[in-house]
Amino acid sequence: MLRTFRIGGIHPPENKLSAGKKIKALPLPEQVIIPVGQHIGAPAKVIVAKGDTVKTGTLIAEANGFISANIHSSVSGTVIKIDDITDASGYKRPAIFIKVEGDEWEEGIDTSDVLIENTDASSEDIIQQIKNAGIVGLGGATFPTQVKLSPPPGKTAEILIINGVECEPYLTSDHALMLEKGKEIMIGIRLLQKALNVKRAVIGIENNKEDAITHLTELAIHYPGIEVCSLKVQYPQGGEKQLVDAILKKQIPSGALPIEVGAVVQNIGTVFAVYEAVQKNKPLIERVVTVTGKGVKDPANYLVRIGTSMNILIEASGGLPENTAKIVGGGPMMGKALVSPDIPVTKGSSGILILPKKETERRPVYNCIRCGKCVSICPMALEPYLLMTLSELCLLEKAEENAIMDCIECGSCTYTCPANRPLLDYIRLGKGKTGAIIRSRK
Amino acid sequence: MNNKLLVSPSPHIHGGDSISKKMYGVLIALIPAFLVSLYYFGIGALLITLASVGFCVIFEYLIQKYLMKGKPTIWDGSAIITGVLLAFNLPSNLPVWIVAIGALVSIGVGKMTFGGLGNNIFNPALVGRVFLLISFPAQMTVWPKPITTRWTFFPAVPADQIDALTGATPLSMIKNHFGKVPDYMDMLLGNMGGSFGEVGAIALILGFIYLLYKKIIVWHIPVVTVLTVVIFTGIMHLVNPDTYAAPLVHVLSGGLLLGAIFMATDYVTSPMTKKGMVVYATGIGVITSVIRLFGAYPEGVSFAILIMNALTPLINTYFKPKRFGR
Repeated sequence: MLRTFRIGGIHPPENKLSAGKKIKALPLPEQVIIPVGQHIGAPAKVIVAKGDTVKTGTLIAEANGFISANIHSSVSGTVIKIDDITDASGYKRPAIFIKVEGDEWEEGIDTSDVLIENTDASSEDIIQQIKNAGIVGLGGATFPTQVKLSPPPGKTAEILIINGVECEPYLTSDHALMLEKGKEIMIGIRLLQKALNVKRAVIGIENNKEDAITHLTELAIHYPGIEVCSLKVQYPQGGEKQLVDAILKKQIPSGALPIEVGAVVQNIGTVFAVYEAVQKNKPLIERVVTVTGKGVKDPANYLVRIGTSMNILIEASGGLPENTAKIVGGGPMMGKALVSPDIPVTKGSSGILILPKKETERRPVYNCIRCGKCVSICPMALEPYLLMTLSELCLLEKAEENAIMDCIECGSCTYTCPANRPLLDYIRLGKGKTGAIIRSRK
Repeated sequence: MNNKLLVSPSPHIHGGDSISKKMYGVLIALIPAFLVSLYYFGIGALLITLASVGFCVIFEYLIQKYLMKGKPTIWDGSAIITGVLLAFNLPSNLPVWIVAIGALVSIGVGKMTFGGLGNNIFNPALVGRVFLLISFPAQMTVWPKPITTRWTFFPAVPADQIDALTGATPLSMIKNHFGKVPDYMDMLLGNMGGSFGEVGAIALILGFIYLLYKKIIVWHIPVVTVLTVVIFTGIMHLVNPDTYAAPLVHVLSGGLLLGAIFMATDYVTSPMTKKGMVVYATGIGVITSVIRLFGAYPEGVSFAILIMNALTPLINTYFKPKRFGR
């Protein structure tokens, strides 16, 4: 029996169209637009002005508080303006516009692809370097990585879990990284183990990526303490709570972080970024982005500089198909619908999914027939049908009693509902309001 | 181009499941039992099923269109299921006008007064069936003999032919201490008196397997219901084998399998959580056994399910899933 999480779960069609495609580096764009709020927490503070020249890797906005992250220029050139743009979240936020001139890197950054195996950096050095490099969780949540590596007093990490699950249908950027940057990932894990002072690290990978499992298992022979755990394909296994449950058979208590059960979870992309930051002194200025969709001519995995317009990526894959109805930043289950294809790639952009109307259309909503499917598939063992009704009626105290705040917004309920009810839409609303009430009590 | 993009919250895809897919799945699962009823009760079973389905669909359409002034949803399949299940709970010689009344009560009172599919508290087919049982006790408890009555439909039984054409159900034989209860093989195949859809045990179990395979239902309600009846009647049988029939007789006769597999599992009127389902099914099993062994009626599945339907909202309130991490 393969491991998987124990409560709920669904299995949507995997549609990994770009699986096995090599990571392609795209030529430099003419201009990049780098938002200053690319992470969870306070937006970074801009430290450049219009007219400044910057190099690739120059710090252009610095972390503003404990939960925040540095932002570096991903190209060399001139800052042409600092202005609000609509980003992937749909909100208008400030961003730094840089005109690209050549590709001159900051000194001290190793741009070669020579593998650097050993390090004499101490735990503090590693964490400091990760902080300097502006690394955030690249799985999509974009939580500043150094915060996760500094467990609160009284808690110690016992195990490092590496999230190579990529349970979202369509997305393959982590898969591509595991195949092509396996050694770098192993070294990155070593660095994180050192930073956290943990002996054991487990890479969780769903078994629809057998090539990655084989590849990393072979590499892991040379890295004692690192194991690969093959997982049964089930959504939302990439959720932190589900992944920890699948691997450790321990439930993270409601409202707590993985550290509560002694675990720290990091995404594959983040691990690779950690390698580059510590061993190559390279800040987080590029990432792998999947461009995919059934109508896309050439689904692919691209290595692009942060701030590149998604339009450029879509064009590289053959342009927007005629029947495009929706462009999603991320996967089909938890990604965000974009208001335009002209939105810059940020640290959290794992993929661009282009959906035709037929695939993404919402169908007419019927009465709840109380089939209980949403209850049986909810990975948090909630009752989505009830939470929807409570949210609709604004019975927020009841919603709180029924653990609405535990919802991880994976979307399995809406996906499954035979009456096409927009369960998660309402639960999100209720969650927002309930959260506000809870905060106001303090 | 830009302003034509759809922007809506996640998830952006849907699994493609629908109410009608589930309902038609249930109808497919009912096919084996229907074939068995055609084999044993022939033309009567066919006529009554057609009449019941027809009336249910027509009444639903008329009520939705003219009373509720809404969009009729007769093709979601739920009215067809109500029709089939109502028919399966009737004797094969019931006059068609009584079937029509049953359909009207099922759809009109059992389903539409509450607001239609999803809002009803009681299983509509059973509401209709119990209404008929109470209103027309004579017609509802005349059971044509299997096979011999295959080619005739006789809503009014000539007095001199009552013994030739009709017989008793195994449960009423046990209750009233007369007649010879059919052997197990006949019971498995359906060669006995009774409502025409409830007799074929093997056919009903085939339907159950199909429902499980298609993931339309989970095993909890049918299995726990039957198990409870087996345990309850088993204990009584051990105490006094002369008065109380063997548990297997109770499982194979009457409406237990039809009720446990197809009616107690009705989505709308059964609990949403596995724990709740077990409580609900245990209740059905106990009430059924009590009525059968100690009550005035020989059969109690319909009453048991309706009583537990009424408790379902309460069960949903008190039997919650064990939340993740709490």
